[in-house]
Parts: sequence; C-alpha cells; structure tokens
Amino acid sequence: MMSFLLEIGQGLLALALAPGLVGFVRWIKARLQARRGAVPWQPYFELAKLFGKDVVISSNASWLFRAAPYIIFGSTLAVACLVPTIFAPLPGDGVGDLLAVVYLLLLGTFFLALAGLDPGTAFGGMGSSREMTIAAIAEPTIALAIFGLALGAGSTNLGRIVTNTLANPILALSPGYLLAFAALFIVTLAETGRLPVDNPSTHLELTMIHEAMILEYSGRYLALIEWAAGLKLLIFFSLLANLFVPQGLATTLTPTSLLMAGFIFIGKLAFLGVVTAVLETRVAKLRLFRVPELLSVSFVLALLSVISSFLLR
Amino acid sequence: MIDTLFIGMILAYGFGASAALVFGRGSIGRWLVAVGSVLGAGAGLAIGIAVIAAGTPVEASIPGLFSFAGGLLVRLDSLGAFFLILIGLGAIPTALYGASYSKTYEDGRGSLRQLGLMLNLFLFSMSLVVMAGNIFTFLFAWECMSLTSYFLVITEANEPETLGAGSWYLAMAHISLVFLTILFLLLSGGDWSASFNSLRSGAAVLSSPLRNVLFVLALIGFGLKAGIVPLHVWLPLAHPVAPSHVSALMSGVLIKMGIYGLLRVVLDLLGGGPAWWGGVVLGVGSVSAVLGVLYALMEHDLKRLLAFHSVENIGIILIGIGAGLIFRSYGLITLALLGFIGGLYHTLNHAVFKGLLFLGAGSVLHATHTRNVEKMGGLIKSMPWTAFFFLIGAAAISALPPLNGFVSEWLVFQALLGGFQIPKPEMAIIMPLAVGMLALTSGLAAACFVKAFGITFLAIPRSPEAEQAHESSWSMRLGMGMFAVLCVALGVLPFAVVPQLSRVMTGLGGLPASPAAFSFNLTLQSPAAFGQMSPPIIALGLVVILGLIPVGMRIFRINQKRRVSATWACGQISQTPRMEYTATAFAEPLRRVFAQLFRPTKELSIDFHPDSKYFVQSIEYRSEILPWFERFLYRPLLEMFHFSARQVRRLQSGSLHLYLLYTSLALVLLLVVARWIK
Repeated sequence: MMSFLLEIGQGLLALALAPGLVGFVRWIKARLQARRGAVPWQPYFELAKLFGKDVVISSNASWLFRAAPYIIFGSTLAVACLVPTIFAPLPGDGVGDLLAVVYLLLLGTFFLALAGLDPGTAFGGMGSSREMTIAAIAEPTIALAIFGLALGAGSTNLGRIVTNTLANPILALSPGYLLAFAALFIVTLAETGRLPVDNPSTHLELTMIHEAMILEYSGRYLALIEWAAGLKLLIFFSLLANLFVPQGLATTLTPTSLLMAGFIFIGKLAFLGVVTAVLETRVAKLRLFRVPELLSVSFVLALLSVISSFLLR
Repeated sequence: MIDTLFIGMILAYGFGASAALVFGRGSIGRWLVAVGSVLGAGAGLAIGIAVIAAGTPVEASIPGLFSFAGGLLVRLDSLGAFFLILIGLGAIPTALYGASYSKTYEDGRGSLRQLGLMLNLFLFSMSLVVMAGNIFTFLFAWECMSLTSYFLVITEANEPETLGAGSWYLAMAHISLVFLTILFLLLSGGDWSASFNSLRSGAAVLSSPLRNVLFVLALIGFGLKAGIVPLHVWLPLAHPVAPSHVSALMSGVLIKMGIYGLLRVVLDLLGGGPAWWGGVVLGVGSVSAVLGVLYALMEHDLKRLLAFHSVENIGIILIGIGAGLIFRSYGLITLALLGFIGGLYHTLNHAVFKGLLFLGAGSVLHATHTRNVEKMGGLIKSMPWTAFFFLIGAAAISALPPLNGFVSEWLVFQALLGGFQIPKPEMAIIMPLAVGMLALTSGLAAACFVKAFGITFLAIPRSPEAEQAHESSWSMRLGMGMFAVLCVALGVLPFAVVPQLSRVMTGLGGLPASPAAFSFNLTLQSPAAFGQMSPPIIALGLVVILGLIPVGMRIFRINQKRRVSATWACGQISQTPRMEYTATAFAEPLRRVFAQLFRPTKELSIDFHPDSKYFVQSIEYRSEILPWFERFLYRPLLEMFHFSARQVRRLQSGSLHLYLLYTSLALVLLLVVARWIK
C-alpha cells in the first residue's frame, strides 16, 4: 500500500511542479532577453483560467477530438508515475521500463496528432504532419540512447539504471554515458517542442508545430493538453537529471531524505531549465527540413555511445 | 480426439466448398460457405491447442494416396500447431466478415461459386502445409495453397488491373516453388518421398557449403512468399485487388507460411547454422521493415498502404528470428529463445491487427467504393464502429501500449539489447544498428497510421461518396470486433501466451525446454533480468487514470460547459473539404527527408487566364516516387524474358511440315537419350 502511495505521490509531485518549470524557463528566458517577463508561477494562473472557461469545439470534430486531451494527459501522467523523480528504485520498477516509457509517450503524441487532423483545418494537419515526422526520426536516437544506458546498467529498468550509477558514480563520466546524454538532450529539445526545433512562444503558421495541432482547443481541453506538455518537459528533464546524475535521489523512505531529495530535484530541474533558456536565447529556430540533420547528429552520438560502451566493456 | 477433429476439419472445409458449388449466389450459399470455413478453422484451432498442450507430435499417413511419392504423410508438431492456431484465429473472423462482404459480388462482378470454393480449399491447403510430414505432402499442399489463393486474388476478374496483379502473384509463387523444389531435392539427395524426420537426421552430415546453399535457397523460396525486400513486389499488387477479407487472410496468414517454412527448414531440419545466417536474416528483416514502412507512407491507396505494412511487419518478425539464429549460433540459448519468441509473437499479433485493418479497409471500400484515401474523410461519423475498430488496429500496429504490437516489439527489442553478450564485436555491432532500424520503423509506422486513420476517418468528407458512406452490416462488425478484442487480449495477457510460445520452440534446432530464467507472470521479464514490463498493470493504470481525470474535474468544480461552433479558418466564412490537409501533404516532410530514396519527380502545369497571369484557371500537379525495385531489378528481368521469348518464337513458322519435322526430331532425340541413359 505504501509503495502504491509512493508511486502516486511521485506522479502528483511531477504534476504539481510541471507548470512551474514551464514558467521558470519562460521567466529566465525573458530576463536573458532583457525583458521583465511574467512571474514563474504564471502558468498556474493560466491553467486555472482555462479550466474556468467554456469549451468551444469545431462542428467538424468527432468524439476523438473530445477524448484525445484525456488520453494525452492520462498517458503522460502514467509515465510521470514510472519515472523516478525523488525516490529510487520505485516499488513499481518492474511495471514499465524505459522502452515502455517511450512508447507510452508515443501514445500521447499519436492521439495529439490525430486530434490535430480532426477539425479539418490546414493548420492542424500541418502540425500533425510535422510532429509525427519529428517523432519518427527521433525514435531511433531514443532507442539507441536507451541501449547505451542499459549496457552500463545491465537493465532497461529505470530503477536499476539509477541504483547502478549510484553504486559506481564513475560510470556517469564514461564516454558511453556522456554521449548518450548529449543525444538525449537533443531529443528532449525536439520532443518537447523547444528551440531550435519548434518555438513554444509563436503562433506563426510557417514555424509552429505543437501550437498548430492544438489551435482548435480551448477551455479545459486546452488546459489538459498544456499541462501534459509541461509534464512531458518535466519527464524528459528528470530522465536527463536522474538517469545520468542520480546523486541526491532518496533511497530510504524517511521524511528528511525525501524532503532533501525534493530540494535537490528542484535544483536539478532549475539547472536544466536555465541551460534550456540560455540555449533558446542563443540559437535561432531551424528550418523544418534542417531538423532531420540535427536529429541525425543526435543519432550518431547515440550510436557512438553504444559502440564506445561495447569497446570499453 | 485429435483424429476426430482432423476428420471434422476436412468435412467442414469440404462442406463449405460444396455449399459454394451447390448454392452459388444467394445469402444461404454465402452463409453456408462461412459456416464451413468457421467450423474448419475452429477444428484446426482446437487441434493446434491440443497438440501444444500435449507437447507431443501427432502423426497420420495415407500411404495409398499418391503412393508414387511416398504417400500423404501428416505430422503435426508444436511449431506446426502454432501456425494452425494462427490460421484458425485469422480465418474465423474473416469468414464471418466475408459472408456479408461477398454480397457485393451478387451483381456478377465476381463468381461467388469460385470465391466460396477457393476460400475453403485455400484454408484447408494452408492447414495441410503446416501439417505436412514429408516433402511430397509439403510441396503438394504448398502448390494448392498458391493456386487457390491465385483464384481468390482474381475474383474480380473483369477489372483490368486484377489479372495483371494475379499474373505477378502466380509468377512469383512459382518461382518460389522452383526454389523450394530444388531445396528439398538437394536436402534429401533426390528422394521425393523422404519424410521430414529422415531429412532432419540426414541434414547433420551434409557438407557445410551445401548447407549454406540450402539456407540461401530457403531464404529466397520462403522469402518470396513472406514478401521480404526485394521479393515483395507482388504484395502491393495482389492485396489491393483481392476481396478485402481475402486480403486480410493473405496478409495475416498466407505470408506467414513463408515464416513457417523458414523456421521449419533452417531451424528444424538444418538445425540452425553459423552466425552469418542469422546476420543475413536480421539484415533482410531490418531492410524490409524500414523500406516497407517508407513506401507505405507514400501510398494513398488504403489497401496498398496496408500491403506495404505487411512487408514492414514481416521485417520485424525476421529481425526477431534473425537475432534468435545469431544467439543460437553462439550458444546464448535464453537470448535465442527470446528472439524467436518475439518473432513468433509478432507473427501472431500481425495476423490479428493486419486482419483487422484489412477488414476495416474493406468496410470503407464497401461504403465509399474507392481505395483512395484522398477522397475519404469524416467517416468516423457515418461509420463509428468501423472507425473505432480501425483505430484499435492502427494503434496496435504502431506498437502503442497497452495493445499487442507493443508487447512483441518490446520482446524483440529486449532480445536485441542482449546483443552485447555476443563474443565477436563485429557481429555484436549489428545489434545496435538493428535497434535503430526497428525504432525508426515503429516511429514511421505511427506517422503512417496517423495519416491513414486521420485522413480516412477524421475531419470532413472529401467526396460525395464519402459523404454518403454507411456503416457495415452486423457480421462485418462482428468480424472486426473479434480481431479488436484479440488485439487487446494479446496486448494485456502476454504472460498467458509467452510460455506457450517457448513450448513451441522447445526442441527445434536443439533449443532446450523453457529455462528457469524466464519468469512470465504479471510482469514480463526477459532472461537475466535485462528489463521488466507489465502490460496488464500498465493497462490498468491507464484505465484508472483515465477514469480519475473526469472525477477530479468534478471535484475541483471545473467548468463543464461545451459549445459547438465552426472551425476557425482565418476569418473565412465557410470551410470546404479542399482546405483540409491531404495525405500527400501529410507525408511531404518525410518524403523530403528521405528524398535520396524516393527521388520524387514533380510535374506542375498551371493554366493561366488568358488576360492576366494573376488568375489561375486550373492547376495540375503530379508527383511520383522512383520505384527502385520494379525499375532496376524486375524490368531488366522482364525484358530479358521477353527477348528470349521473341527469339524462341522464330521456331514458329506456321508451316505444318516444319512442325512434323520438330516432332520427329524430338522423338528420335528422346529415344537416343533413353537408350543412352540405360
């Protein structure tokens, strides 16, 4: 029962932190660009406001359009329960490994892309087409990065990877891990719709991907999707932070260790948030047809990671 | 018990076939045909389950029949039993579906007599293929299977493209037969009547170059049937023109006979081989998987698209089997078993979800009379059941949890991840490459099915036909529903299936009985605890979370109001279907990304208004991709064939005297040769 609660608690913690993370990245970005920017907790207000609004849906839309926000939110929340944020190994470690995490996220992407096509606008179709293109090309990199990580730990289970790296901290500095980290970082930018792949703060039809798909959404549906998008960012950040640098994760169930781990986790997220914000102010958005080149770079990095792990065994 | 079921199976298929002959048209005839197939397939299913449960092969022989070739010998072991179950699972829903679907041929577009007769004979000959115990029985059943399926493909014989596609299929099937005949004759040393048991013991003493030749012959012969790249060209031709329930059977079950044959010969009879055999199978599988899905993405004919996905999935199955062969050659038995189990599980899953998708495509075709997705749209409103079932199939083939495609791809991934245990680095390095290819395949498959489902079923209808679409009849929905339930069941309950699959593999090529390292209970665990995953708990978690979200929204008093309004179209008053995104446009980014492969050619002709070039009267846009294999492999072959046919034609002068001369010369030559041989 306790373990069950821990699993749920992790998911809820991630859920609670996600809008704050999005707001924090925005705030840092604004500061770096010499703007004052909205307060970091602005996304909470936005969600609250969206949840209070009526939903307007297109007359062309079918039941799929109404079901999709729940599926997207639900699958992302399910992943959030599986990924270690403050405690490892989670009792439900055998429920879903890294591969299951990746495919659960793909489930959300699949329905998001379908929902983009449903209202019958050109915007939605454009967004769906681009989103699926990028998701498909990012997939091999993710799989190979998982391979690279799994080679070191001897398992694709998240908990096993974390405990293994905790036991041999030097492993985190091996070329296999470093290359896999670089590959996964690029994939994170692509999958969560950040610059230079997608611009999270634009509504220009030539450039947008994620925003184009959700253009027809409003009210509580939009709130669910936005929240899920923030959660996805947080999930990828926690994978980057906790799989490669697991130090600071609680391994015993005491209130103090959990609290401590919570603070360290927030610190790690903040660090990655700052890195992302700096990156986003430094790089321009790539043309859509340049994105595959970026992703092939990440693929090569992941492949090198696996090969170096092979050679160094 | 099994004998009774076997006789029952023959009687049931015979009943279905003769019902077709007696009744011909009419609903009674169609239903009796379906009853025959369902009972026959059900009996086959029961036999398969009984044999796997017992774990011992059953044998029966009729030496009197075809005694010149050693008689008919039936021997069903657990590998054959698995494929017999596959036939049963694929055939029962399709036969039920077919009873209503074939109503469309009442108007005389195709012969219902031929369809019903051939359907039952086809199912029976496939069952005989997996039960064959000697060379003659196998090749005889194999040829019957090819011929009956040819007649099923050309059901709509009046359509111009049907006969062309049928000829391709027939030609490829017979090239396959040539390879298989050579294979078996070499294997048995020219003895027609050799049983598989004697081949198995004889194969061990063959020289290793001969074994390599046999492997290549098996890969080509069975690969032609399975549809590996570059031998896949008949699939996208034959699947679309066949009646949809036949396409479902061909794609779901028939091409798996190639997998059966490959496992039977390479693993069972030859007992496995050196690592490069597995490497070749793995390489062929990876290439087939990626190219299959890439060509599927460019396809706008719904059934051709699905046919290319069959190539893709055969590739995934071969990745699993190839990995298994590699591991076996290095003595990594648990990993080998994992690879084979992944391949077999995907075989089963593909039969189920591809059957479902072809039946769904058939319903769409039935309702809109077109296979072109660009003319569809909005069908989710007029055909809600078909749309729902097709969505399940689409999610399953895209390997999305908690459906079945995910489980088998996970197993294949886990097998590949074990590749680091291979002692030879040059062999081990293949594994991460295969992981990348498999991941790319599943990502592209998801993109392709967003396209296929989204353009076909969502948004607004793009043509009057799509607007007037109607839902299919109850038996068609029943057929699709059965497949959909299987998709969910195989996805959620792998712990019930996987141990049976390891029993199937036991004893083949010296694989031991399921080792203790496998623990498949609620969580699916691969050997040496490389990874764990629990499909039922994931499914349960998803259902619970999905149920809790609306509850949570009630508790927090979230605004529940909903208004319906027109789609926002940048200030335009009305929205027409022409503003929608098309399938071509959807696939455009990927076409550009993989331009090196597709080599797209574009033709754009714009007809301007005579007075001003700012007014366009019409635009014609045409775009094609380069068909590599058809153009650079098959066209030269066909040209060579035509050329030699033209040369041979010179013999034909039309003069009777000359022909008499030929005949007498041939006779003399034969006599001389006969004398000489003696």
